[in-house]
Amino acid sequence: MRRILLATAACAGLASAAVAEPTNIGIILGFTGPLESITPGMAASAELALKEASDSGKLPGGITLAPTRSDSTCIDAAAATTAAQQQVNTQKVAAIVGADCSGVTTAIANNVAIPAGVVMISPSATSPALSTIEDDGYFFRTAPSDARQGEILAAIAMEKGIKEVAVTFTNNDYGKGLADSFGAAFEKAGGKVLISAPHEDGKADYSSEVAALQAAGADTLMVFGYVDQGGVGVVQASLDTGAFESFVFADGMYGQSLIDKIGDDINGKVWGTLPGVEGEAADKFAAYAKENGMDPTGTYVPESYDAGALIALSIAASGSADRTGIRDKMMDVANEPGEKIYAGELAKGIELAAAGTDIDYEGATGVEFVGPGEARGSYRVYEIKDDKAETIGYR
Amino acid sequence: MDVLNALVLFLNFVMIPATAYGAQLALGALGVTLIYAVLRFSNFAHGDMMAFGTMLVVLVTWGLQSLGVSLGPLPTALLALPIGILGTIVLALVTDASVYRFYRSKRSEPVIFVIASVGVMFVYNALTRFVIGTDDQRFEDGARFVVKVGDFRKWSGLDEGLAIRTSQLITVVVMILTVAFVFWFLQKTRTGKAMRAYSDNEDLALLSGISPERVVRITWILAAALAVIAGTLYGLDKSFRPFTYFQLLLPIFAAAIVGGIGHPLGAVAGGFVVAYSEVMVTYAYKGVLTYLLPEAWRPEGLVQMLGTDYKFAVSFIILVVVLLIRPTGIFRGRTI
Repeated sequence: MRRILLATAACAGLASAAVAEPTNIGIILGFTGPLESITPGMAASAELALKEASDSGKLPGGITLAPTRSDSTCIDAAAATTAAQQQVNTQKVAAIVGADCSGVTTAIANNVAIPAGVVMISPSATSPALSTIEDDGYFFRTAPSDARQGEILAAIAMEKGIKEVAVTFTNNDYGKGLADSFGAAFEKAGGKVLISAPHEDGKADYSSEVAALQAAGADTLMVFGYVDQGGVGVVQASLDTGAFESFVFADGMYGQSLIDKIGDDINGKVWGTLPGVEGEAADKFAAYAKENGMDPTGTYVPESYDAGALIALSIAASGSADRTGIRDKMMDVANEPGEKIYAGELAKGIELAAAGTDIDYEGATGVEFVGPGEARGSYRVYEIKDDKAETIGYR
Repeated sequence: MDVLNALVLFLNFVMIPATAYGAQLALGALGVTLIYAVLRFSNFAHGDMMAFGTMLVVLVTWGLQSLGVSLGPLPTALLALPIGILGTIVLALVTDASVYRFYRSKRSEPVIFVIASVGVMFVYNALTRFVIGTDDQRFEDGARFVVKVGDFRKWSGLDEGLAIRTSQLITVVVMILTVAFVFWFLQKTRTGKAMRAYSDNEDLALLSGISPERVVRITWILAAALAVIAGTLYGLDKSFRPFTYFQLLLPIFAAAIVGGIGHPLGAVAGGFVVAYSEVMVTYAYKGVLTYLLPEAWRPEGLVQMLGTDYKFAVSFIILVVVLLIRPTGIFRGRTI
């Protein structure tokens, strides 16, 4: 009898522990691979939002959110799919922040998240192809499609009087998508792409790629690659041989590591774009991130915060951590109408959403979902000067 | 003027990079060919022996840099090179004693040696990654350029610029010195002659009192030294990443076979043949032709035979064509 009583007490203890057990939220980013220098900042930012939501204590039913990280590798679709399966089936995640690179994101969305009915919010997958996947409403992204970045790059190039360019892109979905959207927008505006050639990442030497690009006769090279990979090799080889004197970088090429690696030669020769906003949303996030010891200007750091925050708000609005409920409320909390919620104000947002009041999450990037659940997008334009990337405006 | 511009353009984008690359391949192929001539097998571990040696050089270079030692305009790696060579010689001799000697005593078929060398390759491969990781490592220092593009333009008044990097010049100079030393060693010294005799006919060499173990040791020492020199020059000129050294195996073997495997002069010639073909076949000639041809004939397209993605395919094509048409290679090496 005594034993039975003890066992019952133990079971009761376990049961109450189960109630307090946190809800897992998957964070699938490329902690190894081409983006490994920017993903720690992204993950920390998403985790900051989840922690903020949990610490508020206002999530319905006393839910707390626990981030579970796994590695997307950025390039290996099989490894990323396995990681996502583990998150969905073993960790029982309610939703996923991720993935990062467009190729693995497509693989995870199609093979794991959409069939299992789990919401995915990617902070950085920007391939135009992701706009048209059959996602049943489960796929969102807080980063805009590259179709948009390509148009903006083309417009700025035209304003700067650049008429002819050479384009080199990393040979994957991201690079190809960006090169295509840029090429279409640039030629429509009257410019000419003289050569558009892919480069493979992870090679020691890019001098022959640069030689072919140079031969086309353009003065400006558009580099749609990665800052840790072939992109930097192409720029280095171009500067060494004097093939190009000016460069235009897309978002994947933004990073201090490139400036440190190449040194003084790069100053004054580069402008580029990366997703970013100015105004109230950005200022509030910058202050909040600094308060928490993070760098708010890191690539996709604000988008990652927004991805985490949107999941928390959807849970609040739907009243539980149910996977489909999160999907159904996502558009409501992200878009108008409703009270505007900025970074650092999740407690207020959760309270309002849980009470059934309309909210309009602006967050760190002024989130507004359009079309198939992707951010409309705003871009920061920068130049490299005095060994630093200096912001010159927003689009 | 147009002719000069075309020439400078061609030099800058084809001849200079290809010459440096060719010199690196030549040194690698020389090591492969020496092993083949004396030990009679294709050493697949050569690429990773290069990576291992270069890793040692990189580590010693960092140590020297942190001590404040430098060679002025020359890269500090040259100072670290002897230590890297010593370490790699030790590795090669230990490998020989623990792996290849066993198969030699059993007089195994060459194919057994080749497969054993694949195993050795994986061990070296892992060893290198274990110590230094898989990432890009930079260890180049000193003056980066001998001739800078901007300076050349100002000096010559031409539209096209020319750049010669310090590492490219060093590569060619070191290659010439090393190859000259190896040839002198093989032709003039007693040990070199013993090696050639052993390579020609093992039994007759044994009869005339040549110690086989000594010949084998000297061969490994030479091959290891050549591998480290080639690897360090490649790393200085391009960048050090263990994986790219593994990939170098293909052009190196292509070079050795094209030149005639087992033939030292052939290895050097083969290195340059492969390097020039890789670069020239994938170069876009539009710029050069625009300078040379009259306006009406100027090309619209890029005039590029193969995309740069197919660079490695060029090595394969050369390899296949040579094996089909002239299996002994340019200099009549052994038939494989």
